[in-house]
Amino acid sequence: MNSSGVKLSDEKESLIYNPKIRSIFFQILALVIVFGSLILLRHNTLVNLEDRGKSLGFHFLGETSGFSILPTFGTWVVGYEVGVSTYVDVFIIGILNTLAVGLFGIIAATLLGFTIGIFRLSNNFILRSFAATFVEIFRNIPLLLWLFIVYFAVLRNLPAKREALFFTENIGINITGLYAPAPQPLEGFLYVLIALIVGMVGCIFFIKWSTRRFLITGKKFPGGWLGLILLICLPLAIYYILGQPLNWEDPIFKSDGPVFRRGYQAGMGMMIVPEMIAVWAALSLYTAAFIAEIVRSGILAISYGQTEASFALGLRPGTTLRLVIIPQAMRVIVPPLTSQYLNLLKNSSLAVAIAYPELVSVFGGTALNQVGKEVEMIFMLMLVYLSFSIITSIFMNWFNSKIKLVER
Amino acid sequence: MKKSFIFGAIAALGLISTGAFAGTLDDIKSKGFVQCGVSQGLPGFSNQDDSGKWTGLDVELCRAVAVAVFGDTNAVKFSPLSSKQRFTALSSGEIDILSRNTTWTMTRDTQLGLNFAGVNYYDGQGMMVPAGMGVSSGTELDGANICTNTGTTTELNITDYFRFNNMGFNLVAFEKADEVVAAYDAGRCDVYTTDRSGLAAQRLKLSNPDSHVVLPEIISKEPLGPVVRQGDDQWFNIVKWVHNAMVNAEEMGITSANVDSKKGSDNPAVKRLLGTEGSFGDELGISNDWAYNIIKHIGNYGESYERNVGPNTPLKLARGANALWTNGGLMYAPPIR
Repeated sequence: MNSSGVKLSDEKESLIYNPKIRSIFFQILALVIVFGSLILLRHNTLVNLEDRGKSLGFHFLGETSGFSILPTFGTWVVGYEVGVSTYVDVFIIGILNTLAVGLFGIIAATLLGFTIGIFRLSNNFILRSFAATFVEIFRNIPLLLWLFIVYFAVLRNLPAKREALFFTENIGINITGLYAPAPQPLEGFLYVLIALIVGMVGCIFFIKWSTRRFLITGKKFPGGWLGLILLICLPLAIYYILGQPLNWEDPIFKSDGPVFRRGYQAGMGMMIVPEMIAVWAALSLYTAAFIAEIVRSGILAISYGQTEASFALGLRPGTTLRLVIIPQAMRVIVPPLTSQYLNLLKNSSLAVAIAYPELVSVFGGTALNQVGKEVEMIFMLMLVYLSFSIITSIFMNWFNSKIKLVER
Repeated sequence: MKKSFIFGAIAALGLISTGAFAGTLDDIKSKGFVQCGVSQGLPGFSNQDDSGKWTGLDVELCRAVAVAVFGDTNAVKFSPLSSKQRFTALSSGEIDILSRNTTWTMTRDTQLGLNFAGVNYYDGQGMMVPAGMGVSSGTELDGANICTNTGTTTELNITDYFRFNNMGFNLVAFEKADEVVAAYDAGRCDVYTTDRSGLAAQRLKLSNPDSHVVLPEIISKEPLGPVVRQGDDQWFNIVKWVHNAMVNAEEMGITSANVDSKKGSDNPAVKRLLGTEGSFGDELGISNDWAYNIIKHIGNYGESYERNVGPNTPLKLARGANALWTNGGLMYAPPIR
């Protein structure tokens, strides 16, 4: 009868309501919108740039930069020299300085944050209230203000340029920076480094092996000690066998001569500028306050029954914390900790306010003003921060999967 | 997730490059005010007074442009910008005119997509040291620590000067002038370098302004002037001729006090300037009494100079190179004819 007609309309309907065809349609639509916007943006950028008499391109990276940069970790690694170094060097210096302050900041913030976080849960009233005050003060004042407070507090309290506070004969500090002997590797130092790496690998291997042995046989083996001996003695032995292939260049302090030449001499020894110390300290203190709260919440997330159970087993409070509470709390702590690490890295760009030559300051500031390639340079800046953040995330995700609850 | 990252990044990039740039005058007329980029606080040039009102030589140029277009000194809004942000703010269309003690250099003129509409202050970079150092010349500064701003020509000039004289130095570059002053005051640096007009202004912020001396060396040419976007000749002409009208008015002896009586003058040059003869304002696309309004409400260039930076102000800057050419200075405006 008209069954064939019904069938036909069924097929038509099924074409619209078919979930598979539908999903393909929307995926294609999304793709068209995304690529259409991309093409539109690209076109728009190019036309607008051309109207302003500008062009896109990365040729500027090869040009020499004509400005001086504050001596820091980055300029030391690159060997920055005005009139010889290029904008690529400036870019690398910015990355290195950002990384230096970010890495040391993460280490300091983690150590301080864990300590303060555990203090906050202490039974000792003084420790507990000290930790609470620390957290509330550092968490509730904006980071930029902390940068200024720390920087000008540092500057106001250091001896003037032509004076210095000497900790030892070779280590001293004044308003221009912290000075210490600089290591200068000589021929053969490479072997000491190789020995150090071998020692490290050996150390890890021994600890793993002794732990496994302990789990299987129940016999203790001092793998940690043996590993430590390997770690320290092997490179030291090689170092002395090769005749100490490391030279220490001392900083030189002069108190006579032309007035601007007095004080520590440029280029001698190792110098850490007060700007870096201030950025590092402010970032570490500020982030430590957040990490302390994360640690506290992580520990509190573990039921008190765990503590009671381990006490009942005869474990001491310290051992309970280290072997029972912290390993479980880490599962709660690590994901938000990752966010704090990313924040610290990105917040380091505020350092431009107090003259620390990190990426945004030296490349996105001085260099951008000389070259005027906003689109290219901002794009490079974004790529760098994106890669930093993605690498940190990948590492922390790996760490998170290592420590997560092993379900049996 | 990865796709959304890239898309977001490119969308953010695209934001930089939107906004109209031709027809600036029409845009300004329809929004009803001029958006002017100024400094974050440089006494005498662009600075907010106690009541929050913007004053200064650079500010008055913006007000003069607003008067020329709208006949109203308050038809202008100010955007305080760091030296780092200023060019991006102008090329993105965030501001219509940049009047922020900006040095006219070839790179900026040819590579940044900008046009300099004249020079409203002839400056040069100088160096300031504490008086107690016993230093009297810039050539004695070997080994000095030097504080300055990021994103300016001063970084390049000071580097050139020290390299040329074979002197070693460390450059500490801050984003904002306030921090430069504070760090110099705290003793982080031996030398504070910026344009001499800037030194005169910033020194007022030091804890003891009189115990610092400005060294005699002028290590660079710093012609400071208003900047507009390239590609809009009409707007470029308006800004250029607003400044020229103020200089011409001083040369003709027309001030805010006597402009009304000068309106009846028989001098054809005065008549052309004040719009009683010819149609110079119409040709610019603004009212014919544009220059009359500027002089009536703001005054001529000399009045603006004396009021903001001259010898009777805290900055105490003599006219020097900024005197009219008839008085041995460099201020010279093409004729209105």
